[in-house]
Amino acid sequence: MHNNSNVFSLHFDVNGEDFSLAGEASSSVKKVLKQLGVSPEVTRRVAIAMYEGEINMVIHANGGDADVIITPAEIRIVLQDSGPGIPDIELAMQEGYSTAPDNIREMGFGAGMGLPNMKKYTDELYITSEVGKGTRVEMVVKVQ
Amino acid sequence: MNLYRVRDILDADVLSGEDLLDIEVFSACGSDLMSDVLAYVKDQVLLLTGLMNPQVIRTAEMMDIHAIVFVRGKKPNEEIIRLADEKEMVLMTTKHPLYIACGLLYNAGLRGKEA
Repeated sequence: MHNNSNVFSLHFDVNGEDFSLAGEASSSVKKVLKQLGVSPEVTRRVAIAMYEGEINMVIHANGGDADVIITPAEIRIVLQDSGPGIPDIELAMQEGYSTAPDNIREMGFGAGMGLPNMKKYTDELYITSEVGKGTRVEMVVKVQ
Repeated sequence: MNLYRVRDILDADVLSGEDLLDIEVFSACGSDLMSDVLAYVKDQVLLLTGLMNPQVIRTAEMMDIHAIVFVRGKKPNEEIIRLADEKEMVLMTTKHPLYIACGLLYNAGLRGKEA
């Protein structure tokens, strides 16, 4: 963790090999936000949005990088992967649309709620994706 | 309703967090779909589920859920119990199926909120 004049930045390598480990980065961020005295409501919104994103990276892209930048005004989460990309982002944003395999559905995910949940719990959500190259998701939760 | 009462109503076995049963829950959520649980945030909720994997614990962690009841007599493995212990969560298991377990708690006054 780097701390530079009230700006904290965290970096995580999200392991794509083991679905049971998915969520460790989000769990660490939740702990840090709690230690920094961020309100429970904001902390929970960040944790849920990042957790959904982290799960997505593990399911679809064999993991990736997660960066979290914490300032007094906002928490910014950037998730970057080198997975297959999203051909139609608008379609992927629809509740219920999912391309997750059956083994993931059996674990209680893959119901097409991930991206809608990420939108629901954040103030800003930006997704850029290129098929065959990867996906970048940036989310902002405002502290006020 | 505190978790002692939940345990008694469901005739449940406590698998972790035995010293945390004085926690109060005000609402409950019965679901095998973790994405649905993540979509509906409530304060001090009890989660009832038939799903059995570490992501149930992680989902609960993100949602500030402190107590989980596994239904239909399912018992989580050591890894799941260890993770719950780490996060100071109460785990219970009841022989009742999900529908009956929810019904018993509802009848006893633990009402969920409409989404």
